[in-house]
Amino acid sequence: MAARALREAGRRRGWAAEVGRRCFSGGSAGTAVPERKEGGGGKPVNLFTAVNQALHIALDTDPRAYVFGEDVGFGGVFRCTTGLADRFGKNRVFNTPLCEQGIAGFAIGLAAMGNRAIAEIQFADYIFPAFDQIVNEAAKFRYRSGNEFNCGGLTIRTPYGAVGHGGHYHSQSPEAFFCHVPGLKVIIPRSPREAKGLLLASIRDPNPVVFFEPKWLYRLSVEEVPEEDYMLPLSQAEVIRKGSDITLIGWGAQLAVLKEACEDAAKDGVSCELIDLKTLIPWDKETVEASVKKTGKLLVSHEAPITGGFGAEIAASIAERCFQRLEAPVARVCGLDTPFPLVYEPFYMPTKNKVLDAIKATVNY
Amino acid sequence: MAAMWLARRAARRLPPLLSRQGGEPTRPWFLGSTAPPPVLGSPPLPAVERIFRRGFCSVRRFAGESSAAAAADADEEEPENGFAGGDQAIDFPGGKVSFMAEMNFLPESHGERIKCYRVLDDDGKTISGSRFQEVSKEVAVKMYSEMVTLHIMDNIFYEAQRQGRISFYLTSNGEEAINIASAAALSIDDIVLPQYREPGVLMWRGFTLQEFANQCFGNNMDYGKGRQMPIHYGSNRLNYFTVSSPIATQLPHAVGAAYSLKMDKKDACAITYFGDGGTSEGDFHAALNFAAVMEAPVIFFCRNNGWAISTPTTEQFRSDGVVIRGQAYGIRGIRVDGNDALAVYSAVHAAREMAIAEGRPILVEALTYRVGHHSTSDDSTKYRPVDEIEHWRTARDPISRYRKWVQGNDWWSDAEESELRSRVRKELLQAIQVAERMQKPPVAELFTDVYDQVPSNLREQEQLLRDTIMKHPADYPTDVPV
Repeated sequence: MAARALREAGRRRGWAAEVGRRCFSGGSAGTAVPERKEGGGGKPVNLFTAVNQALHIALDTDPRAYVFGEDVGFGGVFRCTTGLADRFGKNRVFNTPLCEQGIAGFAIGLAAMGNRAIAEIQFADYIFPAFDQIVNEAAKFRYRSGNEFNCGGLTIRTPYGAVGHGGHYHSQSPEAFFCHVPGLKVIIPRSPREAKGLLLASIRDPNPVVFFEPKWLYRLSVEEVPEEDYMLPLSQAEVIRKGSDITLIGWGAQLAVLKEACEDAAKDGVSCELIDLKTLIPWDKETVEASVKKTGKLLVSHEAPITGGFGAEIAASIAERCFQRLEAPVARVCGLDTPFPLVYEPFYMPTKNKVLDAIKATVNY
Repeated sequence: MAAMWLARRAARRLPPLLSRQGGEPTRPWFLGSTAPPPVLGSPPLPAVERIFRRGFCSVRRFAGESSAAAAADADEEEPENGFAGGDQAIDFPGGKVSFMAEMNFLPESHGERIKCYRVLDDDGKTISGSRFQEVSKEVAVKMYSEMVTLHIMDNIFYEAQRQGRISFYLTSNGEEAINIASAAALSIDDIVLPQYREPGVLMWRGFTLQEFANQCFGNNMDYGKGRQMPIHYGSNRLNYFTVSSPIATQLPHAVGAAYSLKMDKKDACAITYFGDGGTSEGDFHAALNFAAVMEAPVIFFCRNNGWAISTPTTEQFRSDGVVIRGQAYGIRGIRVDGNDALAVYSAVHAAREMAIAEGRPILVEALTYRVGHHSTSDDSTKYRPVDEIEHWRTARDPISRYRKWVQGNDWWSDAEESELRSRVRKELLQAIQVAERMQKPPVAELFTDVYDQVPSNLREQEQLLRDTIMKHPADYPTDVPV
């Protein structure tokens, strides 16, 4: 429903460009690393273009960087790798056979030789054949060898989440599986500018990263993205809207839904503080804790099924740290505990009104 | 017109590699002179054809392509218009494919099993007509000494485990030739991605008995900081990636590593080892296919020792072992007698040359037998006959076979033998004592290397753990410094 609502809204009033800018611009300047020019600026581009810019920069700035995966040679099914093979050659940007465990395993070996291996898994729904390689190999590579070897140059990019018509296998949000794996970093950006800065930081981070891209926003989300090379810090959450009555936390595409809910709640006189977690592990507990200590209430929201979702981890940690300050149970507005359903997608999704109802119930607890 | 047509037919029937070779002046001896490399010996009558000969269908209609007689028949029958099935070809994606009028299923096997390359006979004499890579006296003697050293190390560590001094062990008994001879044929710049039954490769590269002992005891000098079970060795200095227990996961890594070597234009290849059981894993197929497509200089070395813990190869696969599968992926391969040090050495030497010079993967299948139990947690007499083990341990022992050859060259004597054995034994007992006395890695190392830097959640957990240790010191081992 969120996807449909946003697309309809976009059609009705040119929402995508404007709201994209409104929602996500500003705020992040304070967290920029030195490479980043203050204030950002740049041309308005969509999320896949921002990812594409980051990949161009990553390959241009490091001759040991490689980009590969299924169908990346011609530009990728989501156009994220457009122009890379032409510019950097087929030795550095190439198609792989259709085999996710092979992509991940090959990438680990490449990274372990001191290269930046930027691998694409075409949909997060298809990452599971690579699960063993990611969990048992990539994540433990440094630890098990006592730092004799590492595959820190590995970054796995993969589109995740609802898209309005994706059904079981083009819609899932499997981030929580990877958040249970010490040694990995899990990153999810919310917008084009964030995607570019976080992706470059992920590629250059000396640890294996699983980078989930909100495919719903590939074309829909548009904002000004600086053209130059810049990075945004990992393991640092960001307060993207200040408020005093309740803290809302999410990541990736869900932030757009939360943002709308914040605006509607404001009309009812409820002041929401909105946090983008950005890095799921190792996550920035301090920022969330500080906010909840101020508001006394917390709502966590994600598209993945509620049971065992990463929201549960946040709820437990905050209950532990902020028990005395909490004035209501931590609310979770998440996907249902069903496989991701096609025609029922509007029912499955953690929509704006579900969030709004939970905000009201929590504030009035 | 007719002459041209006949000429075209003749050309078509030649094996593709041969027809391309026409002008090649030199060709390595190990590639043979008439057949595509992976096919050892001419294929016999396919099983399908044998069945049809005695069955209900005519041979002519269903004969296999490889039967010369049937091919001749087909030629005679070909009508003038040239439109018989076999004469048409279409550019499918992937290349031109000819049609045939006969409904010929590919046979499930070549009939006779693929032959095994061997240099030394059971008495350690070179087989007449055998061709192999020359080995100097110095290298030959070092190979022999290290095979013996590996065997003694296995026996002593195995006993140490039985005495409860180390938690686990796993021997390479019966596979000493594979370990040492394959390592000897490589250069130190070649990257090794081992499974876990190849410590001899590491030994050849210079890992000391003390370093082996330190790992098995998980002490402060273990490069792995005591985090993994015994036998999970690794050394950056020696280009030997750290062992991990999951089966065959290292194969795709080897392809990535090899691709990197190729991009860097290094005079080196990657080599990865695995067992017969490992070839059933998805990673095996992923790696072979990736390596072929990416033209990666990697040697896939399969130690087909007949047993994956208790599962015999007859319950593992129905193919003729492992080497045959290379062809399906477009990979050149060889089957070699894994208990023949000279054959293993020669095959890996040649494989390495081809891998690097031609930028291609090579599959080596070494036939052998796992003489030891799978590990110290296993008793293999529960699932295989004792006399079978005994036969391989004695009559087919790779060390004594190779010794006969070395001694036959007057490069080794009984006196040197007993000196070597007693020296290695002494060194090992010494290494064990030192390793045992050494402190374990400190608790702080529990939290390092998860990431390049210790994140805040781990710093927090470390503090909590230290508080608990102070409160309940008796709960924790005393030999791990806090």
